[in-house]
This record gives sequence, C-alpha cells and structure tokens, in this order.
Amino acid sequence: MKKLDRHQIAARVAQDIPNGAYVNLGIGLPTLVAGHIPKDREIIFHSENGILGLGPKPAAGAEDEDLIDAGKNPATALPGAAYFHHADSFAMIRGGHIDICVLGAFQVSVAGDIANWHTGEADAIPAVGGAMDLAAGAKQVFVTMEHLTKQGESKIVERCTYPLTGLRCVTRIYTDLAVLDVRADGLHVAEIVADIGFEELKRLTGVPLKVRAAA
Amino acid sequence: MIDKIVASAEAALADIPDGATILLGGFGNAGMPSELIDALIAQGAKDLTIVNNNAGNADAGLAALLAAKRVRRILCSFPRQSDSWHFDRLYRAGEIELELVPQGTLAERIRAGGAGIGAFYTPTAFGTRLAEGKETRRIGERDYVLEYPIRGDYALIKADRADRWGNLVYRKTARNFGPIMAAAAACTVAQVREIVELGALDPEVIVTPGIFVQRVVRLEAMRKAA
Repeated sequence: MKKLDRHQIAARVAQDIPNGAYVNLGIGLPTLVAGHIPKDREIIFHSENGILGLGPKPAAGAEDEDLIDAGKNPATALPGAAYFHHADSFAMIRGGHIDICVLGAFQVSVAGDIANWHTGEADAIPAVGGAMDLAAGAKQVFVTMEHLTKQGESKIVERCTYPLTGLRCVTRIYTDLAVLDVRADGLHVAEIVADIGFEELKRLTGVPLKVRAAA
Repeated sequence: MIDKIVASAEAALADIPDGATILLGGFGNAGMPSELIDALIAQGAKDLTIVNNNAGNADAGLAALLAAKRVRRILCSFPRQSDSWHFDRLYRAGEIELELVPQGTLAERIRAGGAGIGAFYTPTAFGTRLAEGKETRRIGERDYVLEYPIRGDYALIKADRADRWGNLVYRKTARNFGPIMAAAAACTVAQVREIVELGALDPEVIVTPGIFVQRVVRLEAMRKAA
C-alpha cells in the first residue's frame, strides 16, 4: 500500500491552515507542519513557553539559552513576535484564542476524544505538559498520527483504551491513509490519501465511516 | 531608603526553613535560577515542596537539588524527560511524591495564588485521570474541574535586570513562570544579571513591579549572558 510519510502528512495539514491563523504545534510530527506552510500565507505560531511569532531554528552558533521552544530546543522569534509569561500564554490557549492546535495521539475516538499523554503502563512516569489545555481550549484540534499501530490495529477507535487527554475535542484527523472530520453524527472521510478505496479504509479502521457529503 | 538588594545568594536564602514550599522559576533551563538553587543546596534546607514545570534536567540546577534528596514533594506538569534521571530514580524508588498538574492549570493555580483567588473552574482535564476525585460543575454547555491556588513560602526566580525597589525585566522565554511565581510567594528572591539605578527601567516596560519582589541578588555568573 502506498501511503503518506511523516512529511507528507505534515504538508497535508499545512494546506488546511488559513492565512492569519494563530497556531500551536505539538512536539514530534506536528512540528514539521511549520516547514510546509505555503509561502503566500502569514501564520503566527504560538509556543506555550511564552512566544507568539515563533520562527525557524537558529543557525548553528546563533543559539540563545534564553530563547527556546516548547520542546526546549533553540528557537528564534520573528519580527513582530511577543514574549509573555505562562499564565498569559495559557490564557491564549484556555481562553479560546488559538485557532488551531496540531497534536500527535495514541488514539482518537469516533466522538473526538483524544488519548496522547500516557501509555497506561503502571510503571510509566507520567508527564502531561500542555496537552490537556490545548485539547480543551483550542478552537480546532487537528490530530496527526499513523492510521494503524505497528501491529496493524486502528488508532481510530470506538472508545479510547489509553488514558484520555480530552473529551470530544478533536475536529480533524490526518493520518497516512486519510483525512477525517469528526462530526456530531460520526466520522466523515474528507479525503483518502493512500492508494486504497473507501471499503478498504473502512475495513482497516474498524469503526463506522461516512463519505463526506459534497461541500 | 528601600533597598532590596542582597549581597549574596547565601544571604538571600539564609532563612529558608525545612519543610518550606518553594516556587522555582524556569521552563527547562531557560529562566531556571541555577545559582540560587546551588545556594539552596549549600544552605541545607530539606523536606521541601517544589513547584516547577519540570523535574530537573541532567545533573545541575533542580536535578542537583533532587539528587541531594532535599525534596519531599514536587508539583509539575512534565517530569519525564530524556535527561530526568535523578527524578526518575527517586520516583521509582518511592522517595519523592509527585502531583502532576496540566501546564495551564499549574500556571493558573500559581496566578490565582498571587491574586487572592479562592479557587477556579477550568475545563482542562475534565473527564481524565487528572481530574479524578476533584469537584466538577457544569456551567452553561461545558463541564469544569475545580482547582485550588498554589502559594509558596518562597519563590526563586531569574530575571535580567532589576533596580533597588525590586522592579524586574526578563529576557526572552526566560520570563516563563517568573512573574506569576513572584506574586504567589511570601518571599520572592530574584537573581539578576544587572542592577540598574532607580528610574533606569522604563515604567512602561517593567514586567514584574517591585511589590512582588522582596530580595534581589546580582550574580557574577550571569554577566556573560546577553
């Protein structure tokens, strides 16, 4: 099966981010989205440690220990950027000011529940960071993930079996096989991005899917 | 004359008792008051409760304080890191108590602590493991979790410049928890790179007004920065 790689998933997400949006990118695959934004769009990236107007990685030798991103990597600030403290930063998130956040996930349910912070293993050291705030507060929550686990099980499920990050918050799912919208009446397939048909996608996903009505 | 400038980190931290709750600034190493933490380790206070976003990186700063076994309890949002080995070992051995708090809830609880708020409702974490046992309430169309403020006996923070009234400005993302922690502690100690004359900081750009700061220490080690 021909399917999208990580960069292609990120590029597909980038297509859906409109000019002027305030966007928070999670760690991992979501971070790649910034590199794929079409050149004619001006997008303002928020980093929850206290920047609006996050820029690309600094050149080697130009790192500043006081200027890092949420992944604690060296960062830059674009002209027009602003710095702020943590309560302001999370007021932007929790107060519904961030237009889109892009998160990775272990599982997403048909109702839009997301599990992405804890494997559920008893001896795992838990860490949550800003994931629950983003899930609860961003206007739109996009999830990027591989459609299937290494064992071939669907990560899109009826009910999440991993510990939840947020309930009914995911609006769109981007996988290596498809783009799906989470709606009140279930999951709608917006686009199949692998070389498979709807029936095969439905079989692999294992939950009811609808074909999106013409927009 | 008001003069909050203290001669050394040692003098600034001398009265911290065992069992104190300390708000520690910093997100990773940005804004971490490393020299104050070193002085706290030397001072010897133990059985501490620490509030920080993380649980230490590598072997310095907060990680060194944990390794010295001075911390009984830690409140943070993201303890697990590739280099959080001191915390990981203590946690697995049951030698440190962890209260895991979503990052925005942590920030807002600290802000509430400094602002005299009794408690607040937030939608963050509703329906998750981190809301188990907490009071919840439906307001309008949403479900919320009741969260209580965090206050510290001390806050140890890092800023860029200060004056003798304790007014502070920060540098880039090193600001992070500094302003809210300063307000939420009974005694806030700021380590700074530079102390300037009263009036030299533009009142329009002061980030933390001196009312929230009790002690300022200028540290030689920070002068190389910027």
